[in-house]
Amino acid sequence: MIEVRALHKAFGDVVAVDEVSFLARDGEITGLLGPNGAGKTTCLRMLYTLMVPDRGQVLVDGLDAAVDPLGVRRRLGVLPDARGLYTRLTARENIEYFGRLHGMPETELGARAEALIHALGMESIADRRAAGFSQGERVKTAIARALVHDPHNVILDEPSNGLDVMATRALRQFMRGLRAEGCCVLFSSHVMQEVAALCDRVVIMARGRIVADAAPQALREQTGAASLEDAFVELIGSGEGLAA
Amino acid sequence: MSAVAGTPRRRSTVFTVLVKEVRENLRDRRTLVSAFVTGPLLGPLFFVMLIVVMVNQQLDKATQPLPVPVIGATYAPHVVEALEAGGIEPRPAVADPARAVRDQDADVVVRIAPDYPQAWSRGEPVQVEVFFDSSRRDAATAVARVTQLIDAYARQQGAMRLVARGMSPVLATPVVVARRDQATPQARAVLLLNILPYFFVLTILMGGMYLAIDLTAGERERQSLEPLFANPVPRWQILAGKLLAIAAFSLASLLLCLLVFALVGRLVPADKLGMEVDLGWHFAAFVLLLQVPMVALFAALQSLVAAFAKSFREAQTYLSLLMMVPIIPSVLLMALPVKPQAWMYLVPLLGQHLGILDLLRGGEIGAAHLGLCLAGTSLAAVAAVLVTAHLYRSEKLAISA
Repeated sequence: MIEVRALHKAFGDVVAVDEVSFLARDGEITGLLGPNGAGKTTCLRMLYTLMVPDRGQVLVDGLDAAVDPLGVRRRLGVLPDARGLYTRLTARENIEYFGRLHGMPETELGARAEALIHALGMESIADRRAAGFSQGERVKTAIARALVHDPHNVILDEPSNGLDVMATRALRQFMRGLRAEGCCVLFSSHVMQEVAALCDRVVIMARGRIVADAAPQALREQTGAASLEDAFVELIGSGEGLAA
Repeated sequence: MSAVAGTPRRRSTVFTVLVKEVRENLRDRRTLVSAFVTGPLLGPLFFVMLIVVMVNQQLDKATQPLPVPVIGATYAPHVVEALEAGGIEPRPAVADPARAVRDQDADVVVRIAPDYPQAWSRGEPVQVEVFFDSSRRDAATAVARVTQLIDAYARQQGAMRLVARGMSPVLATPVVVARRDQATPQARAVLLLNILPYFFVLTILMGGMYLAIDLTAGERERQSLEPLFANPVPRWQILAGKLLAIAAFSLASLLLCLLVFALVGRLVPADKLGMEVDLGWHFAAFVLLLQVPMVALFAALQSLVAAFAKSFREAQTYLSLLMMVPIIPSVLLMALPVKPQAWMYLVPLLGQHLGILDLLRGGEIGAAHLGLCLAGTSLAAVAAVLVTAHLYRSEKLAISA
């Protein structure tokens, strides 16, 4: 479970995240939806303690990120906005490296990496060096590496960015699998359909603030709009930055 | 920070990072060439070339027939004979002796005035002009040979005039200078070897360069720093692993360089220059000891410099500039030879430079000087590591965009 309370972050005069509060529950997929530049990535970066908030609190499974950043990171699997791989290592070596950094025993490491490689359908690339990977292969490897320690909470920043249709479908299937296992899945997106197709709960951000926090169905009812897209435009006040 | 519950089968973070960095960089051709070919071989190669060229040059000028244009040779056939006896080959006169020397057409030109025979027969002092350019060090041997031959001829003739007048030739030399050169063959070599310490530093820098760039600028450009920092490990442990990896490559590069020098040192004909160059195991061991804190210092400094670069290429430019810094003590001490003071051993680079010259000169470096050198550089290394660690903690460092 990830709980965010009154989070605030400013870069100079620009307020990137303004009094943001929401809750991502276990066994649910929570979508953080917003146009480009809404503050989604900054918000997520504070969740996985890369950035320190000016004010506010982040709780992961009840642990305060400001008090125990390592404990928080241990409970998180993170696919950040930046998802660079070590190109001179194979996909498997990339995955195992992060497993070791999570303190996984060598005995478990191999089996866990193998399971993820199988689950993400990356058998054919597992022992190839990452240098020549396609965008989809890179994202798969980055996801496997983020989940190698079997985290209870998963944060994915724009996971479907740059993926083709088949890869996106596979990714969604994988996220549903995580939900079925009882994980807390939080992902950001600026793509309406993706959120509608996946989420149990939608948190909409615009200009650093939360403008809505509800189930997709409730959102439509709340705004009286026919589609989620109309509801979204209604809520953020413009269609700017909205992907078709 | 909560402690990780320890189980025996877990690797430490520092070790994990070290192993990964070493493995990754062993797969990079650019790193390998820099650390194990260019860096360690550049020094020995340059050194051998320098020695060989100098030996050939000196031997040539000292024993080979030396062509010298002589103006007015017919006025003083005896002088010319004396020169010929000393291995000089008189050449036809040149029109403008000053210009011939300036244009490097001749190392040295001799001019004998037309009034030479008259003055000689009257027993008056006569002038023989020797044109040369003292800024041309390669011509120095030729100039010395010519002047010495003329001087010897003059002394001989002077003595004969005294004898002809029934006097002892000893009368004309009331004081004799007895030259007692205290330079050992090793010490003479030091003049030449002033550049040597730079090559050790260069190989340290080149060995770790690509890893240092990768540590910050490379990870950032590749966008892998943010995922790395999302792992539940303190950043200082990641930094420590990476610095150790840089140090490992630098050290390997230095060891290779010392090995090649030790082999090459046996082959160079330095003794023909009246020098003795001992680059054997004793020398190598002490250089290694002197440079160990330097390896740590440069690992941190290179990472620090690279951290300010936005891209790999930019970092490469900065680090190439950093490579120029260690040449300063070499150049400075060649231009302004000073008596080494104790405090100088405390200064990183300068201390190593002086220490290595001590080793070359006498085969020993004093315990006090060794201690100062190690202490000074270690202190600087600790400071550099702390500054780098501080920078590595900053929020901005990880953000790729």
